[in-house]
Amino acid sequence: MSRPFLAALPILVRRERALLAAAVLAPPIALIVTVILNLGLYVAMGGDPAAVVYAMLIEPFFSWASFSEVLLKAGPLLLIAQGLAIGFRAKVFNIGAEGQFVLGAIFASAIPIWWPDATGQWIWPAMLLFGTVGGAFWASLTAFWRVRLNANEILVSLMLSFVAVQLLNYLLLGPWKDPNGFNFPQSVMFQYDAMVPILIEGTRVNVSIILALLLSIAAWIFMQKSFIGYKLQVGGLAPRAANYAGFRESRAIWLSLLIGGAAAGLAGAAEVAGPLGQLQRSISTGYGYAAIIVAYLGGLHPIGIVLSAVVMAALYIGGDNAMVSANLPVAAVRVFQGSLLLAYLVAIAFMRYRLAWRPAATRSPI
Amino acid sequence: MNAVEFVLAGMLAAATPFLLAALGELIVERAGVLNLGVEGLMAFGAVIAFIIVYHGGGHFLAFLAAGLGGALLSLLFAAIVLGFNANQVATGLAIGILGQGLSALFGKTYESLTVRGLPKIAIPGLSDIPVIGGLFSQDIVVWLSLLAAVAVWAMFAYGKLGLIIRAVGENPKAAHAIGYPVIAIRFAAAAIGGVMAGFAGAYAATIYTPLWADGMIAGRGWIAIALVVFGTWLTGRIFLGACLFGAVSLMGLAAQATGLNVPSQLLACLPYLVTIIVLGIISADRRLLKLNGVASLGEPFERS
Repeated sequence: MSRPFLAALPILVRRERALLAAAVLAPPIALIVTVILNLGLYVAMGGDPAAVVYAMLIEPFFSWASFSEVLLKAGPLLLIAQGLAIGFRAKVFNIGAEGQFVLGAIFASAIPIWWPDATGQWIWPAMLLFGTVGGAFWASLTAFWRVRLNANEILVSLMLSFVAVQLLNYLLLGPWKDPNGFNFPQSVMFQYDAMVPILIEGTRVNVSIILALLLSIAAWIFMQKSFIGYKLQVGGLAPRAANYAGFRESRAIWLSLLIGGAAAGLAGAAEVAGPLGQLQRSISTGYGYAAIIVAYLGGLHPIGIVLSAVVMAALYIGGDNAMVSANLPVAAVRVFQGSLLLAYLVAIAFMRYRLAWRPAATRSPI
Repeated sequence: MNAVEFVLAGMLAAATPFLLAALGELIVERAGVLNLGVEGLMAFGAVIAFIIVYHGGGHFLAFLAAGLGGALLSLLFAAIVLGFNANQVATGLAIGILGQGLSALFGKTYESLTVRGLPKIAIPGLSDIPVIGGLFSQDIVVWLSLLAAVAVWAMFAYGKLGLIIRAVGENPKAAHAIGYPVIAIRFAAAAIGGVMAGFAGAYAATIYTPLWADGMIAGRGWIAIALVVFGTWLTGRIFLGACLFGAVSLMGLAAQATGLNVPSQLLACLPYLVTIIVLGIISADRRLLKLNGVASLGEPFERS
């Protein structure tokens, strides 16, 4: 059949042992390849590559105004990705972080919307707590469907994200709409005490980035040092062995989804109590999906994820910059994200395989 | 026209994007590959088809190009998961994001524009029957999609090709041992799946709702993947599932038209809620999934 054509291609040969250097080099190499491919696309679309490179890759790191926004965006991405990565390592694919993020924002907003006149330093911490519960609650629906009804968690969590967005629309067009908001689908502006304290004067960077970093350390300890984290990883790598060892799959699913949902919910709460200051439709901008890329690009490792969250946040800010200065459509960021993950998945293959131009040995049929 | 007639008349057209994409995914999954990028493949096909129809290229050319576009993107997926043994879940998600991004990028200047759909072809006699007559007046793509469903069913029920695809999905090692080129067959299945998803997107954007809007596929690709599970990998059940979803998506419109006092957001999430509920009901019967499921679904094949 297509044998002559396939024979001309190099084949993959499994390495004796996984190459650690490839694991470390894969993300930067993938990034470089993606930048080149996407610049080619922009040039083909009539863009100015120099302007795009400056706006996307240089400005976010060399202007304080831009970099503070990078930090602001990195917070939610970091939180969500850390939560998701724990599940992914246990082979529990929670793709519905977007919905859990939205539910976190909704739960957190309930406090300032129901008690707009309340004052006190307890309000924003209570909102973060409520948001965490909201995200975990939304993820628990998926966990229940997966454990009790055996339904695929990818599909259920994703469908619940669509439902969450409609729930948000319903609240903002109905009961939670700001009566003095000129009919805009948004809630009232929250009171001062409902806002997460600003960390760096003159920027929008708030305490939630510290929270995200602390939880990253917690995730590292949990995954690398704790027995439960170890059980989760074993369950992901060798489900049968884990089963024999008495590690229950259903517990791993519940734990993975609840952690992922709680982290996404916290991120959603920090978003309404932080830069937004109210509940609005634009809360759902795809953080939950971008965080999947952040998690993989960070090698599903807590430290790698911190780096990849900053890269992805810079990409968002750079994309915004390029939209203004180099006339780049905003959708280009999504194309960049998708191709970055693909390039990474190819690059990471070289950790386990090497290319060989000829089959090692042609075997006799018997 | 009452609500029942309205739903019956529109059901098949509403079901067509689901049906086409799900038939494609069925072939891919039967070959043992899980492609979660259907949503992106549909979006990519949709924008290509819309642009061509908008510039007067006609529906035939539009479907051809959309199918080709879907196939190319799907072959990229195949190259990564089959060539590099990458994680199929992650790669599928990446293809989905890429396809949606490309569709938004190319479709940016066409936002909210409309095109003309296709005329309906009525079967004389049958289409005059009261109440159910609407079922027999459909555009050409609906009729062809029904033929495609029958062809896929026949291929898996009686064809040798269907048997080979199933062997590759069930036990790639055995299929390889008796001389079938497992990787090549999986590539071909991925290409066909891409073509079908491209057609599905083209139908959604140029015939069913002939207008372009970013995100217009609205989860149909994901529902198509769920349909393959609902149908327990059987063509006939997938067809019934597609009809169910066609009807569900119309019920929202019908309910609004009759002035029922239900929040429109509840109607909008009806297809997703139904997906979640049906997925729970079908999956709870583990024997049913095992009986017809694909044994090596999502697992890479390594010649050792």
